[in-house]
Amino acid sequence: MKPLSVPERLTKDRFLLDEEQCHIEVDQEIAKATGTGKLLVACCPAHVYAEEADGTISVEYAACLECGTCLAIAAPGALKWHYPRGGFGVQFREG
Amino acid sequence: MTQAAEPDFEVIVIGAGIAGCVAAYQLARQGRSVLLIERGEAPGSKNLSGGVLYSRGIQQVFPDFRDEAPVERRITRNYINFLNADSSVAIDYKDARLADPVNAVTVLRAKLDAWLSEKCEEAGAMIMPGVRVDRVLTEGPRVVGVQAGDDELRAHVVVAADGVNSFIAKEAGLRQKEPLNHLAVGVKSVISLPRETIEQRFNLTGDEGAALAVVGDCTQGVGGGGFLYTNLDSLSVGIVVRLDDLTAKQKVVTDIFDHFLQHQFIAPYLEGGELLEYGCHLVAEGGLHMVGEIVMDGMVVVGDAAGLTLNTGLTVRGMDLAVGSAVAAAEAIGDALDRKDTSKAVLARYRDKLFASYVGQDMKTYAKAPHFLEAERMYKQYGELLANVLYGAFSLDTQPRQHLLKVARKSLARSPLRMGQLVRDGIAGARAL
Repeated sequence: MKPLSVPERLTKDRFLLDEEQCHIEVDQEIAKATGTGKLLVACCPAHVYAEEADGTISVEYAACLECGTCLAIAAPGALKWHYPRGGFGVQFREG
Repeated sequence: MTQAAEPDFEVIVIGAGIAGCVAAYQLARQGRSVLLIERGEAPGSKNLSGGVLYSRGIQQVFPDFRDEAPVERRITRNYINFLNADSSVAIDYKDARLADPVNAVTVLRAKLDAWLSEKCEEAGAMIMPGVRVDRVLTEGPRVVGVQAGDDELRAHVVVAADGVNSFIAKEAGLRQKEPLNHLAVGVKSVISLPRETIEQRFNLTGDEGAALAVVGDCTQGVGGGGFLYTNLDSLSVGIVVRLDDLTAKQKVVTDIFDHFLQHQFIAPYLEGGELLEYGCHLVAEGGLHMVGEIVMDGMVVVGDAAGLTLNTGLTVRGMDLAVGSAVAAAEAIGDALDRKDTSKAVLARYRDKLFASYVGQDMKTYAKAPHFLEAERMYKQYGELLANVLYGAFSLDTQPRQHLLKVARKSLARSPLRMGQLVRDGIAGARAL
């Protein structure tokens, strides 16, 4: 059985998207200089982070599962990450 | 003055997980005015765990837990598995004594925590879902309440039960950024399967359940392990990998997860199942070394937020420690409110009670476990060695047999492990676990 892709898996989850506020912000320069960018791409289970052709890190904050791994591995200053505003973000039905 | 004159509530609890709900419930039962704030749209909706709750502690808090709480299965079968690419060696421990009194149950937190918060409400606590606490309010060194958006709410005591990331404890200066060897990421799928299929595949009857703990090839050599737990009509399957090792080995976490799900000895359990939900969670792995300051003027920290998790090699615990810490905190807060003194000096009884209880005692007993379990040998070479010894015993290739001891020596000689290391690990393991 071939496992589902991460985007396919995420379609099973319930999200309430905060369209006004993004809760994640990458400092591109620090992310690049410290190697944090590549770590974010590798360590996020929801594939929120992707490396673009020009080397910058894009952020798909709507897919965030709010584990906090990115913040734990990020070099100082490379990432601003907080929980989404109250009532928004992933809403687990199993957990 | 040690307390504000008229706060909005006597106690404000941040986070409706297990620690927060148990603390709120115990305090409400004491007759305190309690507000429980939860950032999810409903209690439980932000909460996720691997899924095994050692339930003797929570049973004491809620006498109707066994009969009323939405738990999945009673764990009577513990399966400890060394997994290699083409071989697997396991201890299959099944015991009827684990069924009664109930020792451990599988849970799905969105369901369990919703029930817990209902119990809080019945006991008189007020629940405020869909609200994120942005920071605690302070006056000098003292926490006097919380701020959520434009709202300020005041209390004699704030309980930070906001989980492993605890922004609250960090901002209050009680916790620093953790070193990466103190943290792991868990990735989990909940996969639906018919009840009968689960019972057949795992050799279970009724509401009996199985917990498989897996080390070795499941994490592609990265420190950590895999798990597979039976729910009533679904499976919780996942990996937990230490962040220092994951980043050092430059692995992609979802590749490891896929590798585990596709492993030839794991995939058959999942065959035909349908994904219900995908989630992840940060796991505290530092043991006792991660438990720092958990008390300050006007605030205590409980559960995951206090770093209270334990991996003993055989059992992986967090939720039962959350219960124990909440019970200890509620007692200490009650005493402090009675004395009208919620200063750090009086609230410090929480720490005393915690370390007098099974929670603190077990954290101390297993203080050396995290370091022991960091050794790469545990995740790779030992499983291969075991399988090679057994292969030597079972593979009857028409050559004359050798005694098992000789087979074991040969396997060891071919393994990168050395006898001295084996002995040292044996002794260290006996001391740490």
